[in-house]
Amino acid sequence: MTQDNRISGGQIDRSRPLRFTFDGIPYTGHAGDTLASALLANGVKLMGRSFKYHRPRGVISAGSEEPNALVELRSGARQEPNTRATVVELFDGLQARSQNAWPSLKFDALAINDRLNTFFTAGFYYKTFMWPAAFWEKVYEPIIRRAAGLGSLSKQDDPDEYDKGFLHCDLLIIGAGPAGLAAALTAGRSGARVIVADEDFRMGGRLNAETFELGGASGADWAARTVAELASMPNVRLLPRTTVIGAFDHGIYGAVERVSDHIAVPAAGKPRQILWRIYTRRAILAAGAIERPIAFENNDRPGIMLAGALRAYANRWGVAVGKRVAVFTNNDDGLRTASDLRAKGISVEVIDSRTGAEVIDSVGRLGVKSITVRDAQGTRTIAVDAVGVSGGWNPNLSISSHHRGRPVWDDAIAAFLPAPDGPAGLTSAGAAAGQMSTHAALTHGAAQAAAALSDLGFTAPAADLPPAEDAPVSIKPLWFVHSGKGRAWIDQQNDVTVKDVKLAHQENFRSVEHLKRYTTLGMATDQGKTGNVIGLAVMAELTGQSIPQTGTTIYRPPYTPVAMGVLAGRSSGKDFRPTRLTPSHKWASEQGAVFVEVGMWLRGQWFPRAGETTWRQSVDREVLQTRKSAGICDVTTLGKIDIQGTDAGAFLDRVYANTFSTLGVGKVRYGLMLREDGMVMDDGTTARMGQNEYVMTTTTANAVPVFRHLEYCRQVLWPDLDVQLISTTEAWAQYSVAGPNARKLLQKLVDQDISDAAFPYMACGEITVCGGLRARLFRISFSGELAYEIAVPTRYGDAMIRELVAAGQEFDAVVYGTEALGVMRVEKGHVAGNELNGQSTALNMGLGKMVSKKKDAIGVVLSQREGLVAEGGYRLVGVKPVDPAKPLTAGSHFVATGKPATAENDGGWLTSVVYSPHLGHSIALGYLKNGDTRRGEKLRAVNLLAGTEVDIEIVSPHFIDPEGERLRG
Amino acid sequence: MANRLKALTPLGHDAPETVTVGPLTITENTSFAMASLASRLGREGDVAKAAAAAGIPLPGPGMSATGATYGAIWLGAEQWMLDAAFATHEDIRAALLPLFGDAASITEQTDAWVRFDLTAPDLPALFERLCNLDTRALPEGGTTRTVIEHLGCYVVKRSATQISVIGPRSSAGSLHHALITGAKSAY
Amino acid sequence: MIINHPLLGPRDSQEFVYLGDAALMNRPDGMAEGALAAFIDFAYLRDNPAGLHRELWYHEQGDRSWLVVTRNTVTHEITTVELARDVARKAGRSK
Repeated sequence: MTQDNRISGGQIDRSRPLRFTFDGIPYTGHAGDTLASALLANGVKLMGRSFKYHRPRGVISAGSEEPNALVELRSGARQEPNTRATVVELFDGLQARSQNAWPSLKFDALAINDRLNTFFTAGFYYKTFMWPAAFWEKVYEPIIRRAAGLGSLSKQDDPDEYDKGFLHCDLLIIGAGPAGLAAALTAGRSGARVIVADEDFRMGGRLNAETFELGGASGADWAARTVAELASMPNVRLLPRTTVIGAFDHGIYGAVERVSDHIAVPAAGKPRQILWRIYTRRAILAAGAIERPIAFENNDRPGIMLAGALRAYANRWGVAVGKRVAVFTNNDDGLRTASDLRAKGISVEVIDSRTGAEVIDSVGRLGVKSITVRDAQGTRTIAVDAVGVSGGWNPNLSISSHHRGRPVWDDAIAAFLPAPDGPAGLTSAGAAAGQMSTHAALTHGAAQAAAALSDLGFTAPAADLPPAEDAPVSIKPLWFVHSGKGRAWIDQQNDVTVKDVKLAHQENFRSVEHLKRYTTLGMATDQGKTGNVIGLAVMAELTGQSIPQTGTTIYRPPYTPVAMGVLAGRSSGKDFRPTRLTPSHKWASEQGAVFVEVGMWLRGQWFPRAGETTWRQSVDREVLQTRKSAGICDVTTLGKIDIQGTDAGAFLDRVYANTFSTLGVGKVRYGLMLREDGMVMDDGTTARMGQNEYVMTTTTANAVPVFRHLEYCRQVLWPDLDVQLISTTEAWAQYSVAGPNARKLLQKLVDQDISDAAFPYMACGEITVCGGLRARLFRISFSGELAYEIAVPTRYGDAMIRELVAAGQEFDAVVYGTEALGVMRVEKGHVAGNELNGQSTALNMGLGKMVSKKKDAIGVVLSQREGLVAEGGYRLVGVKPVDPAKPLTAGSHFVATGKPATAENDGGWLTSVVYSPHLGHSIALGYLKNGDTRRGEKLRAVNLLAGTEVDIEIVSPHFIDPEGERLRG
Repeated sequence: MANRLKALTPLGHDAPETVTVGPLTITENTSFAMASLASRLGREGDVAKAAAAAGIPLPGPGMSATGATYGAIWLGAEQWMLDAAFATHEDIRAALLPLFGDAASITEQTDAWVRFDLTAPDLPALFERLCNLDTRALPEGGTTRTVIEHLGCYVVKRSATQISVIGPRSSAGSLHHALITGAKSAY
Repeated sequence: MIINHPLLGPRDSQEFVYLGDAALMNRPDGMAEGALAAFIDFAYLRDNPAGLHRELWYHEQGDRSWLVVTRNTVTHEITTVELARDVARKAGRSK
């Protein structure tokens, strides 16, 4: 194919041809082309099929407001649906495909929908697919999904990377047309930090698309010179290819920079796109204006486009969309298209509605061939191959309404202006503010920048702006042509017609919000940038109101569609979140440990040995060998909080339900922490290391919330307690050594005497190991065995695990993981995460006696509420199967024998279930109503989800060593 | 501390690691010992006096400072992180305790952190992809805790071309990865 | 949102954790007569104004200070930010 429609001029580089394909057919364009301009240059007007009726559609605009020309780009994993051909920067090798057409764009089988249009009018889904309900999933949904669709996904992982970043400026300028550039010049020269963001790859806005001069230079040349000057200012940052997608609270704006979309594959290490969070003190919306069409019958044929777009393709891209062109306009700007095209030798017929002439219909299935014009002389047909339509220009105010500010109507330009109560710190300039001439845009941009800067204390020198055209807006509104029965399109992306709006009116959906939802007007991906106002105008006429009386809907972020990938940034795959590694991680990896994620931590779950084929074999061995001799476990992940100060003891008395001020120096105590509502928040041990110095441990999961809570208590509740807090979780590598040989094992490494007499149960202290290394030792036990926890500075954690394992060899000591840890705590009857479920009190856990009523501690008062202490509440119990061969299932509910498994017979549930290798059968902990008085009772454990039912017996939750002789050994 | 054990760096190696990405050098720095210092209630004056006598700077909010032996980062109200050369102050808490007596709470912190020193001519180009701090506007010595790659980190601007990132030790690898990935994207 | 931290200046609200109504600092005396009723009010009854609201925020990813932020719940405008410790002391909270 050759570029038959390419004419002279424009800002394309003819020395750089770029090859690309559309629907598999090869074409050539030039550097500086968009996909749309290159296709038009090659005579391709048909670019897609419409969403609902599968009508053949072409491009109507030359910007991001495009409703029709949605295409799929690239192939394989990089396939990207629903991109607008008007903003796709052409690159060599680009593959593009049309969407929503089968088997081909020119012959689309589902165009039958168009013939059935009487069934598919507004409210069609609501009316048709009401019933039967069973049809939804099997019949309606597949049909709708097949028929009404946009592009398709690759269903492969996106191979590219996306970044997120943060920018700071005094003034953000959104849009780099005449107003934005004048504002940027003014701001740049004041010394303020300025960011200029423009969605186009070439800054300049309409200056690149017009022929009038600025001070003797072409608009495009002035823009290029100005951009170069701005680029040389160290305080100005230019962000081309960057769309500001939303205004958020307190001057924060979101923007997406398309770093690599204009090349086939991003360079190594470079992102495809960046999501910028821009912190601003002031912002100026200089996003220009968007032309709107006039609705007439069959106004959606390929080749019928906005008049301003038609001239943009001619002026900026050197493309004559047609050779015989008609311009249908209600304002002077449409006449500009006619004169620009004529200057390029194109024949143009003008139909100016202000003279009473109207286009009432068009012909041409895959591209417009003729139009029917009605004027004072009557009706005639004109052969054309392109039509430019101008219904006037709407200030591009989307972002100004992101905080719900309501746009206000301006009769002079027959359009809405940005809301006066838009986002704080945001003002509008140029065409976005209704200043439509180039002169007005330049001076207004400069003035708005000077005003914003003056607010911030900067002095802006007057910008030397070039003289420019200053034509007034001359428009006589015409929204739609009243004619026959055919369809006149308003919202081309969602296939909404004038008739649909009439139907909505007829069915009494007359408020703008109802109109929008009933007809889907403006609800497509373009948010109705070209069509909304026409829909409102139709409704206004039907209700006999003015447009401002009818009202307007507002826009939401994002301004244009945003890829999910850039919202995720780098948080995908293995980088979804950081990992925390324990000090023994390197050693455990060498051992082939199986790891489990616990929050961000990776913990050893079990440590398989040669010959073990199931996890149970490993876990059973780890448990049995620990109970028989000794086991070592990395418990570094438990939160550690250093608490110091002369009131540290008093502070602990208030944050724990039990008492700590009486704890002797060198001693450890188990503590129960409640929320103010009386539920258990966390538990752990706290050691008194000195007169005014404690070390608190928290559960792994609650390390951060507990710290936050303690700071709250310290700063807000009791600001005059002398307490200082700091986390030391990361500073110490901590290992548990448990089992009858734990002391013997540790004594080989600890430099001091740790005999029972010297270091009794619940003792703690500073020690040294391995010939002088500073360490801490705590004689505490989670497993129920004689056990210690030893802490060394984290940098020695790797060496320490190796020392412990070596010292344990003579005892056949094992290293155990979180599974064995869990088995042993259930065997011992200790509560953990499953029991600390945020809905359980100390009483539920069998720890009611720990709650001291002699002092004012968090949660004590509300833990005594009637409902929480009443008879019949849940109590922690132990559970075993009557038949030891039967496995229990966690989450099973207690149901009395002979009663059906229904809610009214629900007696509670099994919270934690493990296989106890020590006992040789499944055991569980559970919450059972009145459980503390029901030892020996036989019930059923029913799990309707798992389909299991086991006869069980209620026993003590302490399955081993209920007297605690082992841990005191 | 005399002992027979071998220490590992936060990245898990025998010696600190240095990586270069374009103009950027990232150095894992293990040559400092650290301890937190918090004034006891009502003892702020005593802490200030003791610090002045010992030549320990106690900078205000959002700042860090360096003295002859000790450097300091402001952590929060009446709380600082002090550092000193590991070679001479490995047991930094023991060295500080006699200076402040019972006027302050002092906690060993050396092993809780990983410190990466980043050097490049244009560091803000990297940091604008890592965190919300305005590192261009940050003065020399400016120091703030913020989030990098979901991790709470201290960012210390030592000069226009050198910034330290001090992050949680257990995530040293993830943080290092984030810095390198960010650098490949930025430079 | 931006919270203008009294010590650190403007900071992104992403660094903060929200707790709720600043009335939560008025914790009753657990040993006083009628403590149960007072605690039920304290823990469960809150105003939910459309307009100015004093609320507690925690600078978790910053200096770990608790702040009292006065925010308009309709516009998100933040009018004052104070250290909660100072507010608590002014309200008579001590040990």
